[in-house]
Amino acid sequence: MTKGKKFLAYSFLTVVSLLSVFPLYWMMVAATNKSVAVSRGTLMFGTELLNNTKKLFASQNVYAALGNSFKYSIVMTLISLFICSIAGYGFEIFHDKAKDRVMSIILLAMMVPFAAIMIPLYQMFSKANLLNSTLGFILPSISTPFLIMMFRQSARSFPVDIMEAARLDGLNEFQIFCRMFIPTMRSTYAAAMTITFMNAWNSYLWPKVIMSDANSITMPMMVANLKSGYVTDYGTLMLAVLLCTIPTVIVFFLLQKSFAEGITGAVK
Amino acid sequence: MDNSKKKLSLGQKQSLAGWAFLTPAVLFIAVMSFLPMIQALFLSFQSGKGANLSWTGVTNYVRMFQDPVFMQALKNNFIYLIIQVPIMLILALILASLLNNKDLRFKGLFRTAIFLPCATSLVSYAVIFRSLFAVDGLINIVLIKLGFLSTGYNFLGHPNSARIVIILALIWRWTGYNMVFYLSGLQNIEYSIYESAKIDGASPIQSFWGITVPLLKPTILLTAIMSTNGTLQLFDESVNLTYGGPSNATITMSHYIYNVSFKYVPNFGYAAAMSYLILFLVAVLAFLQMKVGDKRD
Repeated sequence: MTKGKKFLAYSFLTVVSLLSVFPLYWMMVAATNKSVAVSRGTLMFGTELLNNTKKLFASQNVYAALGNSFKYSIVMTLISLFICSIAGYGFEIFHDKAKDRVMSIILLAMMVPFAAIMIPLYQMFSKANLLNSTLGFILPSISTPFLIMMFRQSARSFPVDIMEAARLDGLNEFQIFCRMFIPTMRSTYAAAMTITFMNAWNSYLWPKVIMSDANSITMPMMVANLKSGYVTDYGTLMLAVLLCTIPTVIVFFLLQKSFAEGITGAVK
Repeated sequence: MDNSKKKLSLGQKQSLAGWAFLTPAVLFIAVMSFLPMIQALFLSFQSGKGANLSWTGVTNYVRMFQDPVFMQALKNNFIYLIIQVPIMLILALILASLLNNKDLRFKGLFRTAIFLPCATSLVSYAVIFRSLFAVDGLINIVLIKLGFLSTGYNFLGHPNSARIVIILALIWRWTGYNMVFYLSGLQNIEYSIYESAKIDGASPIQSFWGITVPLLKPTILLTAIMSTNGTLQLFDESVNLTYGGPSNATITMSHYIYNVSFKYVPNFGYAAAMSYLILFLVAVLAFLQMKVGDKRD
């Protein structure tokens, strides 16, 4: 690359990076300032963080929303990862014609728009008394074709020798999955965990449909409720947005490296 | 004889273990996706308020094409799809191929920065963009200071500017996500191909179209189908960024279906019929994209 081209490439990447980060920077700035200062266009961190926190916690049940979001997302991630990974493993390691056919039918579910199944699901869940419950939150997306496919792809690179050796050692198939497959596929699990946790934490339409009780709401729902007031207090609003963003950003940074590796495995 | 019998039973045992492993996931998908899909199909031929439904044949399907709000929503989804998806995917491809270049430094930093928007929730970024583009928001303040405007422009109060804000927000949120897929795909391409192309005198733009795009085709197809699917189902942005307004000018199909189901007097049958149109569009577009993807070989 010539110097000029390099300069162009760096400039382009820098501009795009700044544009990507700026709205998040602005969110943090706004969360630490008075609403008036935000409306005046300040770009400097302020000293109002504590006051905004007091105001937010006084007006909204932040503890409930945070607690619920953590509860729903963690339960969802743990169960979903287990169910989908063992299914992906089963589809790949023990594959035969019948199982391959089932897999291709399952993939069709990827095309089902959520708006289409939302109403029957709502009716089903209200009959089963699952509204406003953790189970109600997780059930519709606990098993996704995307995750199953991801684990099926990664099971392709699971060495057959290990399995044979483990069988000779007297391990049964379930033990082989738990003790051999799970530790070997750490990066796929990390990628799947990042995706599932973020999707669960960020989901909005389904909780909006089933969480009618104020004590069951999630963080995104709380943020959405805040903005629909008549007067927008930018300071507290952006603090709520910040609180809603921190957990997913932390998960992303913790798992970033394995995330990239896991996606690579899945795209291959 | 004895030996082969034992082997067969071992194979059967393993096949059974496989079925046991995949059954829970398959059952959940059957009950939580396919069953409601069938129920929605039956619902779509019924009409009425709340639980009082009666069979009305294809009335719902006729009605939606005469419903100005739904037609506007359909149009909006296509505007977002046709403008936003190509811009985003091309931008993501360019960024990925730049970050794949061995001569550049700080790649990890750039990659993290560009991917960061994906960590924000849809509601959060919709609220951030709504605030940035408000009449007293930062964008207006900057435009006034630079002398482009004398007073704040109501971006979200005019249909076209409101749609542009949604498109900008979508590009901001999803470009990094698609870039990660391309970066992963690029890792499977031998870097030496680029070096030998360079020796043969190919310009970076030529190797982009001649090497990157053809070899990444499966990944491009995957991201195109995912983005099309996502755009046709847009909900959060319409609800929280523009509230579907001004007066339903930016509303999406999913948002309108939600309103018909849960906000207005509920008409589940009509909502189900509209949702089947989304399913139909998703299926047709995915099919077309796969056809086109195959042809270019």
